[in-house]
Amino acid sequence: MKFQRVTALTKKEVKKTVREPAVLFMIFLFPIVFVLAFGASFGGLGGTQPVYNIGVVNMDYANLSQAFIAALSDAKILSVQVYADNQTAQNDLSQGKIQAIIVIPESFSQSLISYHEEPNDPSKWINATVSLYLDKGSVVATQAIPPIIQQILSAFTDGNAQPTPTPISLQVASLVEAKQLSAFEFMAPGMFTFASIFLIMMVAQSFTQDRENGMLKRIRITPTTPTEFMASQVLSYMLIALIQAILVFLVAYLVGFRPNVDVSAYALAFAFVLIFSLSNVGFGLITATVAKTSGAATGIAFLFVLPQLFLGTFVGASLSSSAQVVSKFVPSYYVTDALTSLFLRGASVASSTILLDLVIVSMSCIAILAVGIILYAKYYKI
Amino acid sequence: MNEFAIVMERVVKQFEDVTAVDGVSLHVAKGELFGLLGPNGAGKTTTVNILCGLLKPASGSVIVGGYDVQKESAKVKELIGVCLQETAVYPYLTGIENIELFGNLHTLDKGTLRTRRDMLLEKMGLAQDAKRKVEKYSGGMKRRLSLILALIHDPQIIFLDEPTIGMDPQSRRAVWDFMEELKKEGKTIFLTTHYMEEAEALCDRVGIIDHGKLIALDSPKELISKHGVENLEEVFIKLTGRRIREEL
Repeated sequence: MKFQRVTALTKKEVKKTVREPAVLFMIFLFPIVFVLAFGASFGGLGGTQPVYNIGVVNMDYANLSQAFIAALSDAKILSVQVYADNQTAQNDLSQGKIQAIIVIPESFSQSLISYHEEPNDPSKWINATVSLYLDKGSVVATQAIPPIIQQILSAFTDGNAQPTPTPISLQVASLVEAKQLSAFEFMAPGMFTFASIFLIMMVAQSFTQDRENGMLKRIRITPTTPTEFMASQVLSYMLIALIQAILVFLVAYLVGFRPNVDVSAYALAFAFVLIFSLSNVGFGLITATVAKTSGAATGIAFLFVLPQLFLGTFVGASLSSSAQVVSKFVPSYYVTDALTSLFLRGASVASSTILLDLVIVSMSCIAILAVGIILYAKYYKI
Repeated sequence: MNEFAIVMERVVKQFEDVTAVDGVSLHVAKGELFGLLGPNGAGKTTTVNILCGLLKPASGSVIVGGYDVQKESAKVKELIGVCLQETAVYPYLTGIENIELFGNLHTLDKGTLRTRRDMLLEKMGLAQDAKRKVEKYSGGMKRRLSLILALIHDPQIIFLDEPTIGMDPQSRRAVWDFMEELKKEGKTIFLTTHYMEEAEALCDRVGIIDHGKLIALDSPKELISKHGVENLEEVFIKLTGRRIREEL
């Protein structure tokens, strides 16, 4: 492989992106403008979710705390998992496996007994605080779960679903210590994924246009090998994806997205975006294989763009349960999930969820790229 | 290496039920300027595409520069320069950037690339516009740039598919002069055209192709004399019963 050829073709592709107004808009300006507009319009985005996964850490082993856990389990809207210790539960919360943790204090049963013995004499009550830790990466969790838990706790304490004075209080622990995230910050991880998805359209248009005007034929007449040509295409689109991610991050930073994470988290986030760009080149090649003209390529590209957009980015912040199942089949879901874990949930770069996301994204993206190259090479010589 | 730069033997190429090239055999000597004439759809471009490896023939053999085009295409690509019928240039790059891109694809070193680039721009009359984006060029300027891209690596065998189509008479004359210069340098040139006067003025030999078949092959003078006519256009009429350009 001659590096001189790969470099020359990569430079050409980058110049095209910068110089062609339509491409420039589609790749750089549109995602930024859309992100800003969407963030402004749907800043208060919320939604419902049929079942929330809740972890319970029970420090009180008496019967009443067990009964409270049973009351939580009886609520159809909750799926309850009991943890032996708080650390394990916190790890699962940071990796997005559960959406909240309820910590039942040691004094829970004593407090409840004191209340039932003297319901009208607060001076006799033994106070207890049930702590609630929430998934900071989920706008739904932070908005929907606290009132649900409060309602169940109130009903369990005195049979009244409305909060009334009792010795047992609910404290949202994670939000007490950290600032409450804005709706924009909830969406920011998905925005990085969002921008890169439009590469599909650019790749498809670029290949079909170059095919239409004879440029691919002209390159095939030179000694450039198919490997050199495809390497240059992949490199140039990875470079464009990186520039996109930097621009979107800068805009998000200016708007107020400032996650409290170290350099390694940023590095891994950019690595995710770069790997994700491979699948977009692959989908672009598949589109270019099917499309006869560049105009048709634009339309067909949406078949790949829209599912990635709605199932795997901030656009799908409140997916229905069936859409959640389908979303597991699009690479963008795993990229957004990993970035959310990194930036909002505070998961470490070496956590099992991040690594699993990385493995899934890498394997699926390389597979999609390979399918794209094979299909394109089968029907149109490179 | 044998004395022929191009050898085609009984080459056939079909597209579904249409036979575009029908058993064509021809030999082009090294240093020869050979012209393939015929109306649109006669099989000229298909023949060029087969010769430079873009199309695989259904049967027959094609040797270019001593190498089998299908089996040793990498070696053939080092030797040939091709100016396609399409004006294939990148509109968002400048003239210089287009030339440098193709120079780099042929792995020319910087010094050689610069020397060849400046020489060709001068000869093709594009030196003044070299730094402008190609999207601002006229059709004729794009054709001349396309020719430069085909020649930047100083190929030994040159395929020119309708190189002067769409050019004004002045540009066409400049290209003719340049082709004669290339011939003097010992380059082999395979030219397709439907301009009879172009073929008559430049070519050592011409082949006339119609409906994929080579129906005549000789020097322009010999063909004219053999058929007792005034020019190649009349040779074509005598052979086919119609004018070469009436189908354009």
